[in-house]
Amino acid sequence: MSFSNLTRRGLIKTSAVAGAGLALPTYLRADGHSGFTNAPTGDTVTLGFNVPQTGPYAEEGLDELRAQELAVQHLNGEGDGGMMNTFSSKALKGNGILGKKVAFVTGDTQTKSDAARASAKSMIEKDGAVMINGGSSSGVAVAVQGLCQEAGVIFMAGLTHSNDTTGKDRKANGFRHFFNGYMSAAALAPVLKNAYGSDRKAYHLTADYTWGWTQQESIAAATEAMGWETVNNVLTPLASTDFSSYIAPVLNSGADVLVLNHYGGNMVNSLTNAVQFDLLNKEVNGKKFEIVVPLYSELMAAGAGKNVEGVIGSMNWNWQLQDEGSKAFVKSFGEKYGRPPSNSAHTCYVQTLLYADAVEREGTFNPCGVVEALEDFEFDGLGNGPVLYRGDDHQCFKDVLVMKGKENPTNEYDTLEIVEVTPRAQVEYPHDHPMFAGGDLGKCNPGA
Amino acid sequence: MDAILLQILNGLDKGSAYALIALGLTLIFGTLGVVNFAHGALFMIGAFCSVTLQKILTLSSETLSATEKDFLGNPLKIKTPYVESWFGPEVGASIIDWAVPLAILFAIPVMLFIGFAMERGLIKHFYKRPHADQILVTFGLAIVLQEVIKYFYGANPIPTPAPSAFVGSFDFGPLLGLDTSLAYPYWRLVYFGFSAMIIGAVFAFLQFTTFGMVVRAGMADRETVGLLGIDIDKRFTFMFGIAAAVAGLAGVMYAPINSPNYHMGMDFLVLSFVVVVVGGMGSLPGAVLAGFMLGILESLASMNEVKAIIPGIDQIIIYVVAIIILLTRPRGLMGRKGVMEE
Repeated sequence: MSFSNLTRRGLIKTSAVAGAGLALPTYLRADGHSGFTNAPTGDTVTLGFNVPQTGPYAEEGLDELRAQELAVQHLNGEGDGGMMNTFSSKALKGNGILGKKVAFVTGDTQTKSDAARASAKSMIEKDGAVMINGGSSSGVAVAVQGLCQEAGVIFMAGLTHSNDTTGKDRKANGFRHFFNGYMSAAALAPVLKNAYGSDRKAYHLTADYTWGWTQQESIAAATEAMGWETVNNVLTPLASTDFSSYIAPVLNSGADVLVLNHYGGNMVNSLTNAVQFDLLNKEVNGKKFEIVVPLYSELMAAGAGKNVEGVIGSMNWNWQLQDEGSKAFVKSFGEKYGRPPSNSAHTCYVQTLLYADAVEREGTFNPCGVVEALEDFEFDGLGNGPVLYRGDDHQCFKDVLVMKGKENPTNEYDTLEIVEVTPRAQVEYPHDHPMFAGGDLGKCNPGA
Repeated sequence: MDAILLQILNGLDKGSAYALIALGLTLIFGTLGVVNFAHGALFMIGAFCSVTLQKILTLSSETLSATEKDFLGNPLKIKTPYVESWFGPEVGASIIDWAVPLAILFAIPVMLFIGFAMERGLIKHFYKRPHADQILVTFGLAIVLQEVIKYFYGANPIPTPAPSAFVGSFDFGPLLGLDTSLAYPYWRLVYFGFSAMIIGAVFAFLQFTTFGMVVRAGMADRETVGLLGIDIDKRFTFMFGIAAAVAGLAGVMYAPINSPNYHMGMDFLVLSFVVVVVGGMGSLPGAVLAGFMLGILESLASMNEVKAIIPGIDQIIIYVVAIIILLTRPRGLMGRKGVMEE
């Protein structure tokens, strides 16, 4: 090794550049004038939309992005205003947020925790995003929520259904509008009992990661409580594409119901494989064999095609709801994009409005002010009836939809029908419920 | 016993997809000496040939419904496929129903063309480059191909059902005198039969035709065949096209098993390479044998009774077997001396 090229001038230059580089993140984080991260100083405020733009959930991410763009338009007074017209809070005026025009930047989560954290970090540190919204995975949501807590910005999770997001991994700076595994199970159990009876034997196939585990735990507990027996629970690798070897033994297991605790591509493939094995036309224990998919999405139902026919599952929201808020959103979204919005689009749209509304009501972009405004906030007019953002765990509570695959769909969007709107009271649980134990919101972090 | 039989049947079916892809990979490696990481993408393009033909056959005229409304309250657009207008509702619906088998005819010229274009346009420039360069360029090509498919077809899986005649399953239980059910889906049985036929056709082509004999001679000693005045490069290019068509046909018939998506080629790529390595680099019978063997082992390892003894074995069984075989038979099951050893 030789140091012959090292000069005094070179050393000073290198030190200066390195010092500036190290100091830059601190400079960006610490807004000494306002006391919180990325306090908007000009006449615009920047929101960060972190969604999967590549990878297997890119289609879902695209729909989230469409909804978020629409929300920004409405906040800035463009378009028909959508749900701002039906929202029970009237703080939003269509003149941006606190008079600042809303701008946005986007990040690509790739549905990978490390990539999602990197894109969120970039939007916070380079683009000055004051909140992060969106995403399509519980693993991603937990990772980005942790980052936002450290960085001192608000995180509004997108499609994340694991109990852990507002359970053991809850954070003060994070909120979730989407429902969770426990709520799905609580909504589904009575409907399943009515449809298939209380004397059933269930065989579970479960995606082997955080969401799958909590979903299975929830649905098994709810169905066992009404008299079903859980015959087996088989964990399937997340990377599985062909589930035939897991489905083949189901018929001879004595089970008469197959519960697919799968989402996304896993759900499309496992349901397709189960239908190929003709399970829905079999009779076991003197009963017709049934399949249950606890978590549905419109895009995945479209991917599974005719295989979803007659299969029961649950959803957070659906475009077929007839409340005024849902109708306004569907009209606004449909006229702009020529298609009905998905439930992940609805979540991201609503969360953008709710963040803006919280800022307006509190009169500050300070994340601790936003947290205060959102905690125990009750409102209506954004779909699913009266809604509560519970302060204890930052979980949203509202009506949950039980869906069924439609027998004769008239078009590609008409794949699911609403079987029942389960009232909010039926899916509520105490914040210290054992399935959500081990978490601590901690204190709100304003950043600077 | 019935559970083991069922998993063996399932393994044969899984193995047939592995064997078909590995066969194509080995053909390319054995003839051109190229490690083709874009081979999974060819499988995926084959599946999208089914999707494309299905889309073509369902091209429709639109009329506005007088009674039904769409989600915005506008008159619903009723779509009538042109094939139903031209051939009548029943015949038209049957043609659409048989889109996947018909896609075989559509895919053969498409895949041959893609194979020739890939080989002449890109891969031939890398024949004399190190295997690492070949892997990099073909892997890059695979990513480009899947992004092109994603651009045109989106990221969501697209349902591509089998003909309704093959919906349901056949129960082998009574046939084998078992008390319990041993049901297996018709289409997966069709896939197994189809794969066996394609594998047989490729071997027959290489074994019983003059063209095949020259190709086999070229695989054994390229230089000597060249000195005899035979343009072996041209024949190897043709073999690249054949290998692409084999991968494509494997994809066409796989479309009803799992809804095609742009990423499905990558899901098979790594497994197929393991199959090729276990079978022995450059050995066609080795690729087929290893494909079926690993398919069966993977299925058996996913049995609850096996997982109860060794949790998670279903996720690693293929790699464990690969390590054991490479430790005991470094050239794979049927690998030849001198292949990839220079």
